[in-house]
Amino acid sequence: MAAPQTLLDKIWAQHLIAPLQGPDALILIDRIWLHERTGAVALQSLKSAGRPVLAPAQAFCTMDHIVDTRPGRGDATLMPTGQAFITATREAALAAGVTLFDLGDPRQGITHVISPEQGVVLPGLTLICPDSHTSTQGAFGALAWGVGSSEAEHALATGALRVAKPKAMRVTVNGDLSPGVTAKDLALHLMAALSSGGGAGRVIEYDGSAIKGLSVEGRMTLCNMATELAAFSGIIAPDEATFAYLKGRPFAPQGAAWDAAVEHWRTLFSDEGATFDAAFTFNAGEIAPMVTWGVSPQHAGPVTGVVPEFEAVAHRDSRDSYDRALRYMDVEPGTPLSDLRIDAAFIGSCTNSRISDLRRSAAILKGRRVAPGVRAICVPGSSAVKRAAEAEGLDRVFLDAGFEWREAGCSMCFFAGGESFGRQERVVSSTNRNFESRQGPQTRTHLASPETVAASAIAGRLADPRALAAS
Amino acid sequence: MRAFTTHQGVAAPLIRPNIDTDAIIPSREMKGVSKSGLADGLFAGWRYLNERERILDPDFVLNQPVYAGASILLGGENFGCGSSREHAVWALAEYGFRAILAPSFAPIFENNCIRNGVLAARLDAGFIDHVAKSIANDPQTTLLSIDLPAQVVKAPDGTAASFEINMEAKEMLVRGLDAIALTLTMSDQIAAFRDRDRGLRPWAYL
Repeated sequence: MAAPQTLLDKIWAQHLIAPLQGPDALILIDRIWLHERTGAVALQSLKSAGRPVLAPAQAFCTMDHIVDTRPGRGDATLMPTGQAFITATREAALAAGVTLFDLGDPRQGITHVISPEQGVVLPGLTLICPDSHTSTQGAFGALAWGVGSSEAEHALATGALRVAKPKAMRVTVNGDLSPGVTAKDLALHLMAALSSGGGAGRVIEYDGSAIKGLSVEGRMTLCNMATELAAFSGIIAPDEATFAYLKGRPFAPQGAAWDAAVEHWRTLFSDEGATFDAAFTFNAGEIAPMVTWGVSPQHAGPVTGVVPEFEAVAHRDSRDSYDRALRYMDVEPGTPLSDLRIDAAFIGSCTNSRISDLRRSAAILKGRRVAPGVRAICVPGSSAVKRAAEAEGLDRVFLDAGFEWREAGCSMCFFAGGESFGRQERVVSSTNRNFESRQGPQTRTHLASPETVAASAIAGRLADPRALAAS
Repeated sequence: MRAFTTHQGVAAPLIRPNIDTDAIIPSREMKGVSKSGLADGLFAGWRYLNERERILDPDFVLNQPVYAGASILLGGENFGCGSSREHAVWALAEYGFRAILAPSFAPIFENNCIRNGVLAARLDAGFIDHVAKSIANDPQTTLLSIDLPAQVVKAPDGTAASFEINMEAKEMLVRGLDAIALTLTMSDQIAAFRDRDRGLRPWAYL
């Protein structure tokens, strides 16, 4: 009998064109995603080198990284020179024959939201994008990872990449998440437990009853943050929930081809006894709603807790880096996190902007108002999510609560659209990075789930959403 | 691509864990549809007291005259984490950095370095601290030497440490190879694989 294989081993073997030196190999790439920040650079560079795109039908491009998200938007953006990226990417994508989800296209949105919506990502595929959060799409049992522009060029020109086989790591989460605790809280809990280097270069396979119990959208949120662990990617074995999500999507196989695909996809799991380079086990029941207090996603703790003393985090942070984080965030050890007053609240990004995220936040916001002085913004992850939310009346809930209601895009997760939060403003955000100045020069970001963002917006300070959900 | 074999230069220490690519080049500094014009925005949030008017922060390491012309950057754990933006490497290279020495790198950043002829060498944190101390008195004359074929970094006081790099990356750097050109020589093999695979996984082909 063949040796037991991990899910990674199986996908790797199915894509191995040729071994190269050492751990490196030439690997077939099934799907390539581009966006307007780097799409034009990659495509223009290929064109000037006289290198055609090998399989344009397997390449896709969206507008998310620079586009404006204010209502009534066009190509114009507040980002200096931003419009040039949009028009250059449009021209280059059309010339190369890749499928473009342009501004105004009902399918437009953030790559990692629309790729599953369109059935572009499928179990067992290799998929790359010049975006670190490509790990999101590992939620479908695909080997999906972020690359630089040079690698995107390489894959476009050759249909393959030269990659060292990553090691496999298993994170098993047993039990069930408590009510009011979500995939985002789990992701932040893992950040705090494993640290920002905890997945270094590995493919993290998430498994266990808590993972199987997550919705497909929750799985995307979890895999999204694998990159914050320095992982090569995150992945979850596909199951009936995965197949149900993908069935009938425009780029998914249909009819008999669908049945044949599902039959193959059912073989995509780690065999009993497969060896992992590292393995960790967690208990979902112990996890509370989480927020970050520092400038790395690993600086996370329960919203019911306090800013930790250095000793509590000394095993993975230097004194200098800890002090710097506290100074930057203007917080002190021992301060209850729920004492921190906020200036702004943001719901959006490839981490948490899907319809289920908006439904859960709206359930908390319904009949309530954002605290005076708090700027609150909701940016649906795709034009389809926005339409679905509007069809359910969720836009009214957000607007009535005092939130801005935007068009789809990456928006203020960083500088997309050329908008930032103010200097030293404290922002609670459903995004993925609380790096210094990420959401604006000197902006202080606290990462949290969308419902924690909603509850905090109402309270005017970091708040436990479970109190509002219960009332 | 520019080859990297041996290099001797001024080293500048920026030894903090988790230096992210937003810090290396903020999104607002990526102003052209181009791989160049980025050096001015390198570490903009730290380098300038006032980014708009480009008023330098004299305390930032790269603004200190003793580290002028630095071509080797000493970093901390998980260097280059965060966004996949290759602009971070383009900015570092354009500024003049030929090598980054750190205990560990984020995987996308490390790969981006190799594709642009910049050496990302994984070295023991203790040795990096030692190097930073050994050059601190006079960085301009106490130069650091890197020998990629031998995989060794030599501090000015004579102490040396070997570093890890995978074979493929080393060869790409030493020979200054263009990865795409190299892979295109395997086009027939790729085409044959795709033809066979299309029968096995037809849904993967659109």
